[in-house]
Amino acid sequence: MTFTLPPGLALQKVDERIMTLNVGPQHPGSGHMRIIVQIDGDYIVACDPDPGYVHRGEEKMAEYRNYITNIPHLERPVIHDSCNVLYPYVLGAEELLGIEVPERAKYVRVIASELNRCIYIMYWLAIYGIFLGHSTMFMWPAGDRELLIDLMEKMTGARVTHAHFVPGGVRNDLPPNFEDVCLRQVNYFEKRIKEYAAVFYDNPILISRTKDTGILSRQDAIRYGTTGSVLRASGVDYDLRVKEPYDVYDELDVHTNVMKEGDSYARSRVPWLDMMESCNIIRQALQKMPKSGSVRVKLKPNPKTKGLESVYKRVESGRGSLGCYIVSDAKPEPYRVKMSVPSFRNLIALPNLLKGEKLGNMPSVYWSLNYWPVEADR
Amino acid sequence: MSAETENPPAEAKPEVKSPPPKPAPKKPEAAPVELPAFEKSISDKLVEKFGDKVEVGFVKEDRVRINVGREDVHDVAEFIRDELNYDHVESVSGVDYPQDNEIEVVYHIGSYTESSLARQILVLATRAQRETNPIPGNDATKLPTLRDVFYSVEFHEREVFEMFGVFFDGHPDNRRLLLPEDWADLPPLRKDFAIKGR
Repeated sequence: MTFTLPPGLALQKVDERIMTLNVGPQHPGSGHMRIIVQIDGDYIVACDPDPGYVHRGEEKMAEYRNYITNIPHLERPVIHDSCNVLYPYVLGAEELLGIEVPERAKYVRVIASELNRCIYIMYWLAIYGIFLGHSTMFMWPAGDRELLIDLMEKMTGARVTHAHFVPGGVRNDLPPNFEDVCLRQVNYFEKRIKEYAAVFYDNPILISRTKDTGILSRQDAIRYGTTGSVLRASGVDYDLRVKEPYDVYDELDVHTNVMKEGDSYARSRVPWLDMMESCNIIRQALQKMPKSGSVRVKLKPNPKTKGLESVYKRVESGRGSLGCYIVSDAKPEPYRVKMSVPSFRNLIALPNLLKGEKLGNMPSVYWSLNYWPVEADR
Repeated sequence: MSAETENPPAEAKPEVKSPPPKPAPKKPEAAPVELPAFEKSISDKLVEKFGDKVEVGFVKEDRVRINVGREDVHDVAEFIRDELNYDHVESVSGVDYPQDNEIEVVYHIGSYTESSLARQILVLATRAQRETNPIPGNDATKLPTLRDVFYSVEFHEREVFEMFGVFFDGHPDNRRLLLPEDWADLPPLRKDFAIKGR
């Protein structure tokens, strides 16, 4: 008797040498996703990432809510980076609705976005540290992250999910004396992360575990369409803050950190360098920001576009280029919102990087991709 | 095909101190307003090569939109990669248009290697036939895959397949990605899939 399998299912020939191993979705080493690896002895011969365990249908939900009420739920995929996740959506909605943002609001956004980038990277670094068995690198970033979370709390009123950016500006102005406190904390923060080099990045154990593992060549990084720190660790000089500056990034001096090695070590070091660059940007923005002025343009209730229009905006988030494609059809709700998220784009590199690696190198390669499962699933 | 032409009039402006030069999206056919020259040259190259097969959706600053029929999309994509030096796809989005009985698939294509294209996104849109009662994979909702042209579309096309039921002919791995294996309902991002209570 023959039968045809529905598309998407395939019968598999089982080889006695090869063992199939499910890493996740409950295993803490994989985050909320499953990686199906096939191993021959200690070597990975095939890898099939299986995301989707935290798929929440953000894009479908966005079609039922108007441009303002979409804001709190669209930042949920990466709560540590919630300003950057909202950024392209807000920029897109502004272009669709024809809103001009006050100058001061643009600077407040840049500061919030850079603080958020550091908060995200610190969280990621803590996870990267603990999965390589380096518990100091879990405790230090988790503790130092509090400095910036306190700043965000002063700024937005919320510690993690800020919902601070709205079409037309930001939700509220900076509290009094924020600039001084921010400058002080950021300077201390920068001094603090420089100390990480001695305990983590120059540590021979880390170097032996991450150097020359999971090498992603420049050609492959481009071909796979990877983005962010993964791309820049493979020697491609591409940062949207420089290449396609949004808001006031063209008035700030942004340096792109590039490493040529393309291995796990480079991928783990580039975000750390990015944090120092963020501190630089925050200092510049604090200096150039207009000292007073409005930070928000009030919208009309239920704003809508005239006809069928679409817009694609992208920003550089903590993980890489984050795009938002909005289609609007003259209703208060968007017709379609698509988030093109960097985690999802970087995931395609994983099977190719793990092939031929030792199983023990899996955490160092997987977490170096700066991957956030919840964001990839949306 | 698509009608994304109009620019929202930028009214209700606040007291803006120094408005940055705002790119004003233009109607392609509204003649005298000047189109951004570099972007125009990209769309001209495509029109010159393919003639009537491509339709220029819009030419804005940093964004060019091309609408293509489903039988030409593969050739156009190859031309975009080989002649125009775009090298990766950032995003593949499906958009469901039940009133047209079509599902649109939109590729946002960018370039890392060509420095003049770093800001540019080429929007390549094509449409697949829409079925009222879809059987994903076994009905007429099909498009040729671009996986052999742009490797980076692999997971994106898998996502469009499960969310809209658009089967990509020639894709090596048309499996579910985000949805559970036993999902037996409509593809959830189609407009006729309703959220409970809404």
